[in-house]
Amino acid sequence: MIPFDYERADDARSAVATVAGRPGAVFLGAGTNLVDHMKLGVANPDLLVDVSRLPFDVIEPLQGGGVRIGATVRNSDLAAAPVIRQRYPMLAAALLAGASGQLRNVATTAGNLLQRTRCVYFQDVTTPCNKRRPGSGCSAVEGYTRDHAILGASPHCVAVHPSDMAVALTALDAVVQVEGPSGPRSLAISDLYRLPGDQPQRDTVLEHGELITAVDLPELPMAARSSYRKVRDRASYAFALVSVAAAVDVVDGVMRDVRIALGGVAHKPWRASRAEEALRGAPAAEDAFRHAADAELTEARPLRDNAFKIPMARNTMVTVLRGLTWEEGR
Amino acid sequence: MDVEMTLRVDGARYRLVVDTRTTLLDALRERLGITSPKKGCDHGQCGACTVLLDGRRATTCLALAVAHDDAEIITANGLAAGEELHPVARAFLDHDGFQCGYCTPGQICSAVGMLDEVEAGWPSHVSEELAGGVELDDEEIRERMSGNLCRCGAYANIVAAIREVAR
Amino acid sequence: MTGLLEPRAIGTSLERLDGRAKVTGTAPYAFEHPVDNGVYLHPVQSSIARGRITAVDATEAEALDGVIAVLTPANAPRLVSGDDRELAVLQSDEVGFRGQFVAAVVAESSEIARQAADMVGVTYDRQPHDTELRADRDDLYAPGVVNPDYPTDTSDGDPDGAFASAAVTIDETYTTPMEHNNPMEPHATVALWAGDALTLYDSTQGPNLVRDGIAGLFGLPADRVRVIAPHVGGGFGSKTLHANVVLAAVAARVVAGRPVKFALTRQQMFSLVGYRTPTIQRIRLGADSDGRLTAITHDVIEQTSRIKEFAEQTAVPTRSMYAAPNRRTTHRLAALDVPVPTWMRGPGECPGMYALESAMDEMALACGLDPVEFRIRNEPDVDPESGLPFSSRNLVACLREGARRFGWERRDPIPAARREDGWLVGTGVAASTFPVIRIPGSAATIRRVHDGRYRVEIAAVDIGTGTWTALTQIAADALDVPVDAVDLQIGDTALPPASVAGGSSGITSWGSAVVDAAREFREKYGPDPEDGDEAGGAMPDNPDTERFAMHAYGAQFAEVRVHADTGEIRVPRLLGVFAAGRIINPRTARSQFVGAMTMGLSMALHEDSVMDPRFGQVANHDFAGYHIATNADIGSIDAIWIEEDDPHVNAMGSKGIGEIGIVGTAAAIANAAHHATGIRIRDLPLTADKYIR
Repeated sequence: MIPFDYERADDARSAVATVAGRPGAVFLGAGTNLVDHMKLGVANPDLLVDVSRLPFDVIEPLQGGGVRIGATVRNSDLAAAPVIRQRYPMLAAALLAGASGQLRNVATTAGNLLQRTRCVYFQDVTTPCNKRRPGSGCSAVEGYTRDHAILGASPHCVAVHPSDMAVALTALDAVVQVEGPSGPRSLAISDLYRLPGDQPQRDTVLEHGELITAVDLPELPMAARSSYRKVRDRASYAFALVSVAAAVDVVDGVMRDVRIALGGVAHKPWRASRAEEALRGAPAAEDAFRHAADAELTEARPLRDNAFKIPMARNTMVTVLRGLTWEEGR
Repeated sequence: MDVEMTLRVDGARYRLVVDTRTTLLDALRERLGITSPKKGCDHGQCGACTVLLDGRRATTCLALAVAHDDAEIITANGLAAGEELHPVARAFLDHDGFQCGYCTPGQICSAVGMLDEVEAGWPSHVSEELAGGVELDDEEIRERMSGNLCRCGAYANIVAAIREVAR
Repeated sequence: MTGLLEPRAIGTSLERLDGRAKVTGTAPYAFEHPVDNGVYLHPVQSSIARGRITAVDATEAEALDGVIAVLTPANAPRLVSGDDRELAVLQSDEVGFRGQFVAAVVAESSEIARQAADMVGVTYDRQPHDTELRADRDDLYAPGVVNPDYPTDTSDGDPDGAFASAAVTIDETYTTPMEHNNPMEPHATVALWAGDALTLYDSTQGPNLVRDGIAGLFGLPADRVRVIAPHVGGGFGSKTLHANVVLAAVAARVVAGRPVKFALTRQQMFSLVGYRTPTIQRIRLGADSDGRLTAITHDVIEQTSRIKEFAEQTAVPTRSMYAAPNRRTTHRLAALDVPVPTWMRGPGECPGMYALESAMDEMALACGLDPVEFRIRNEPDVDPESGLPFSSRNLVACLREGARRFGWERRDPIPAARREDGWLVGTGVAASTFPVIRIPGSAATIRRVHDGRYRVEIAAVDIGTGTWTALTQIAADALDVPVDAVDLQIGDTALPPASVAGGSSGITSWGSAVVDAAREFREKYGPDPEDGDEAGGAMPDNPDTERFAMHAYGAQFAEVRVHADTGEIRVPRLLGVFAAGRIINPRTARSQFVGAMTMGLSMALHEDSVMDPRFGQVANHDFAGYHIATNADIGSIDAIWIEEDDPHVNAMGSKGIGEIGIVGTAAAIANAAHHATGIRIRDLPLTADKYIR
């Protein structure tokens, strides 16, 4: 780790100005991913601007429905918040499926959104990686790819996004509030994340110096019937092989509306729009679920070690939809 | 860059100088000689460095010391009240909830913090009802303690120890 | 053996004597011993797997404030002996595996040492490397012996002919991956030279082994090296003498007078302190129409390092496990550009019995027999390998008792027949075995001290096994005093020497020495000694080892659930029943059994060091990538034992129990997974992808 300066931010505006004005500066939240990367030499900032104590640690109702989650709300507080557990259970479930109790107690909402891939080659500075060193090549594409992408990958990068929380937020159409050098802006979460393309070094569209201050959840009554299912190699404390966040609105056995997002399959949380489209208006039945899941996965392209993710993603989608609609069918 | 800071550890107040790069764990172990929190992985992947940080269980290997000026830290050693062991530590002894002992201080701090979280009604990944209360059965204990790896395989006894304290 | 100790303290569940220090975190592990003026070491590791170092540029690192020394192959102190290439640290420019030490920085703080290590520029003459173990390699060779000194191959009768003419046969290949020991305490050393004497606070399973090895490398009399290890955070075979200890000692030589502190990172542990070799095991079984085995062959392919041979004794347990007149075992090695493999809990038995006990399950099915009954039917009267009688062998009792407690009789033998809540449910069984090993070289001293107490000294170690407690109990019974009259001293080579904590041999070896010392003491001084009276003893020879085959046995029963949609696999229930002689301390013994079974479950479901042959290193080299079981992966897990009187093994009547618990677990789970799903997976670990359809 190279030496760096440390400053505690007094307010968002000055934090943004400081980071924007120094190419080697980064924001520090709890550090559970940044410090990890600094130890490995993956990140080498020369200034940390500590934003973890900015007054963004509140969860509050939004005018016109919905909920605003402050950027520094800790993952465990968010998962425990009654409003989240009751109105957006898939989000609480996704948070609780991530990391460990002691990490969730410190990890922040914004930090969770911006955590970087756990691709083993990205984390090992002795191997080439386009995300870490653009142009050096992708070690994963012909390497150990058990955990890698089946959707939306490029020849330059086959990494997946590791967050569980972000999968639920993607299904919920969350909006990310950003403070930047040229003022605030709002981004739909689906616009925040990018596919790797030929710029895998960029996980998101955020510019240097832009700071996430909050995440807004829109009013979404159907989210009260939602869930998050994570399939992983251990029963706990492991990143997803495949995960599914879903919410359904079923009336008289028909899917009036549905939201589905997948984790562990792509460079970003994957909104399963094709599956949603196939399901809207369809009967809440096994065949329809299977058909919709297959529709979503038609473009899936496995790598050497991860062909299993296709049936796993399909079956997990079906399982989740079956679980959410089961009461209806009873 | 060296920074002067304060830490309150197990009831004592320390002034110390750290490199900005020094983690909270290394500040405790290498600067203050407080070695109850252990270094097992240094990357948030094992839980051996767990302490109670400002009242909550937290790993210390990924926390920069400089970001925790004036923090209140309780280690497994500080949980004891004089000669009297903390009930969780006592239960670990009674149930042989450890073997080599290296993950143990982290396990115990984690268990103490976890019991507070249950008390506060926080759900877990295995809770039947996210919106409802929590009944701390074995499955709940296992899930909530899964951030603390134990290579000796003392999990079964750790669960028994925590079950007894929770009762 | 004659004169078994009369158990009084032995057999009681004494609470761990080191327990209080461990639950408070005050028990000092190697890195934690307070030293004055300590400096920190961080190594530079090779980024190639084979070749030569052409230059090391330390200019930038040396210029960094706080850097005390940069060690390179050019300037490192010369060791006297360079025969062991794993231990010849910084002695040449040869690179034998990726991750090898090629330089090191000593600095005033750990942060500076690590930063400076990153600044050391190493250039190489890179040669093509080869790190792939495959069965079709044309360079496999037969080692002279397999560990520690077993014949490489054995053959009895006409195994090929018997197999060809058998009524029922199976012929299957099983594989186990590279696995890393990964004790929770990373390997750590604090090294301090004072004049020509070296003190090492070391995280080790064998203080004397480290002392002798280091003394040899530096050309010193052994008594100039002192190794101190009162508490060790696990080892599982990996904490013997590796390059990290040598590097700490070499660096300390350079900064003489200042203690050098060196703890490996978790990532570094994947290339420097050994691992269990991957194995490719072909097993052929032939049986007659009654399900009696007529042929057993077990052919093993595994790897070693090009720089040092380590030949895992994988097929050895097969030699004496089941009765069959025609038997063959072979071991073949590939010498690769990889780190040196090492002992890992149950070396040989653990991977070998996974394969054999999986094959036994397949064969039971092929014969139409219950797997418990099939094993009982093939129980030998004498050791098939040596022809010797067993000193005691209670495998059948373990199988029967386990079956009874597990509810085996209610089992529907048909695979894939039970489904609960979307989970396919099955049960399986496997046998466990581990030899009774005694390692020579242990001695003990007993001295009467004030207040009627006895100080018992031996350089044994407690790596989590319960040595502090169990040896105290043995000493108490040997002296015929209460346990609280015994002050045990271990973990320091200033004490009488002790053999390594390995091969489940500790209590047999150290306990025998303590008992011998106690007998000497009582013979010399009688029941009422004076303060200061002292006597020593050593592990005596045991002529019974020539007359009997000595092994512990066990049976493990597993319930497995496999999710019908996702392939996720869980083990809600695991029961082990063991016959391992007299149990010294039921509390710590149960922890040993259950702990090893937990590691066996971890092996079955999770553990897999993935070698990336392009780079010649393990790709998933940390705890996020290399999964070991978490608490949530364990369901109901228990171990019991049956009474076993064995007057032949040692004075305590005990057999080693540290390893047998991991032997057979993976097979029991794999067999249960087959029963649950009808899918037979022969390649560990049993991950979800292998069951998804």
